[in-house]
Amino acid sequence: MSTTTSNPAVAVAAPLSAGDTIRRSDRRLGAIMLAPTLVYIGLLVAVPFMLALFLSLTNSSAGSLEFSFVGLANFRSVMASPVFQRALRNTFVFTLASQVTVMVLGNILARALMKSFFGKSVARFLILMPWAAPISLATLGWLWIFDSTFSVINWLLLVVGWLQPGQWYYWLGDTTLGMIAIITIHVWRMLPFSTVILLAGLTSIPSEVREAAAIDGAGTLARIFQVEIPMMKPILTVAVLFGVVFTFTDMSLVYLLTRGGPYNSTHVLASLAFQDGVLGGDVGRGAAVAIFLVPVLVVLAVVMLRASRRAEVV
Amino acid sequence: MVAVSPARRALNAVVHRATILFFIAFAIFPFYWMVVTSFKQNADLYVGATDIRHNPFIFNRPPTLDHLRTLFGQTLYPTWLMNTLLVGVAVVGITLLLAVPAGYSLARLTGRWGERLSIAIFLTYLVPSTLLFIPFSRLVSLLGLTNSHWALILIYPTFTVPFCTWLLMGFFKSLPKEIEESAMVDGCSRVGAIGRIVLPLAVPGLLTVVIFALTLVIQEFVYSLTFISSVEKMTVSVGVPVALVRGDVYYWGSLMAACLITSIPIAIVYNFFLDRFIAGFTVGAIK
Repeated sequence: MSTTTSNPAVAVAAPLSAGDTIRRSDRRLGAIMLAPTLVYIGLLVAVPFMLALFLSLTNSSAGSLEFSFVGLANFRSVMASPVFQRALRNTFVFTLASQVTVMVLGNILARALMKSFFGKSVARFLILMPWAAPISLATLGWLWIFDSTFSVINWLLLVVGWLQPGQWYYWLGDTTLGMIAIITIHVWRMLPFSTVILLAGLTSIPSEVREAAAIDGAGTLARIFQVEIPMMKPILTVAVLFGVVFTFTDMSLVYLLTRGGPYNSTHVLASLAFQDGVLGGDVGRGAAVAIFLVPVLVVLAVVMLRASRRAEVV
Repeated sequence: MVAVSPARRALNAVVHRATILFFIAFAIFPFYWMVVTSFKQNADLYVGATDIRHNPFIFNRPPTLDHLRTLFGQTLYPTWLMNTLLVGVAVVGITLLLAVPAGYSLARLTGRWGERLSIAIFLTYLVPSTLLFIPFSRLVSLLGLTNSHWALILIYPTFTVPFCTWLLMGFFKSLPKEIEESAMVDGCSRVGAIGRIVLPLAVPGLLTVVIFALTLVIQEFVYSLTFISSVEKMTVSVGVPVALVRGDVYYWGSLMAACLITSIPIAIVYNFFLDRFIAGFTVGAIK
């Protein structure tokens, strides 16, 4: 054995788990291997994030690189605009309605998928498809389903007698129906994601716990609400948090289905930021609208960090 | 266990079956609709939903391949597929170059502060494209990359790298340390041990990362919509919904064929890797 390898027996005897001393040469190598990623993320996530904050305080526009500092003027004018107020409300309605629906349906579906049954792997594949399909293309499929003239949903409603002949739903041309369509599609897409997370949580509950609850005379509902849901709390938190982020910041659905219409009544924050900042060319204003996404993200980050610290301690 | 009567058990089975069927129907209905639309003749397609005797769920006339022929012969769909693949390969390459060393470093070489750092890196995955597209549009025009694939190649790793670093870190942690340590006892350097021992063992993890980076690129919509304006440079997720809709001309057969052909392969590949993807989100919440 060469003399340059500094006492390898010791290194093997003491496994290098987190918190143990790591050899200096390894630590240097670790820094070198990590550096490119940190530099990239710094330059292309952290700096643009700061730039977004900065731009929201300026009057920059898409045509030129000149701008001047306008303080909080963008925020003032944005908050006074009825379109923005509407978009802010829509974003919360959209997030709340779709996440509540996803959580209820996801719990039901995850429980159904817990059992073993014939054709389970096929069923699982089919149920997960909406999450894997590219969102813009899946939404296009729904656009055709909700088409103003050929909607198959209207055909079904006519056949079952919900709609009388002569009555008609213009799904994407109406504010309420438009929001219902947007929420439905989002639930369709997010349900697989949440279900798989919840399923992971359910399967992590030891079967002894369920049996013990049954022996103690707990009924199914009592078992679900008093034993399983409390035990699944961390995983429910994860499912809700990611669901909220993906919903709160989404613009693809609204952009592709209604373009925010009719009369800007179905905009959410993200689609409005796109309309103002990119299509409209008012970069400062668009940035100001997008900044309203930040508080929710900060809350999420804090909850995540807390949860991870707790997981470390336990 | 509490005894359950046979009638009750039969009822449970029926309810269970019905629940599963309901969710399957909900999940696949749009895909079924794409299939039917792709192969229907126009005369069968554009009847109008007011005619309740015309059942839109079935083929009332023989199926046709016209829409597929139009899609591949008269639209830019094949070009968009190539563009997407081109951007995808470049982004996957960059992602591997950045995320593999970073993931290994966080798993093995950085100790306690590495754990904190890894969570911070993961959190950057959650900074949404809808917040960053405005500063990026400045950056892209400053660099002269407007309407260029390079803009996408530069920016897409902002969402592939954090998530893939996180996934790979978990993967490297799951490999036993003793393997590279014994290689190092045998005279290998750390870098040599990584190249000769660790990476070959990590092939399943690397494959997962390749698949995810590629699917994330194919699915991406917001940046592509923002930075690519000329039709022949679009990626498939933007070209189909933005450029394939020709004004008021009804074109749904080819549109749905494009959606179907793009979605199905991704859905199949994705399905094999989904559990690992989800595991990336749930680290820490499940012990």
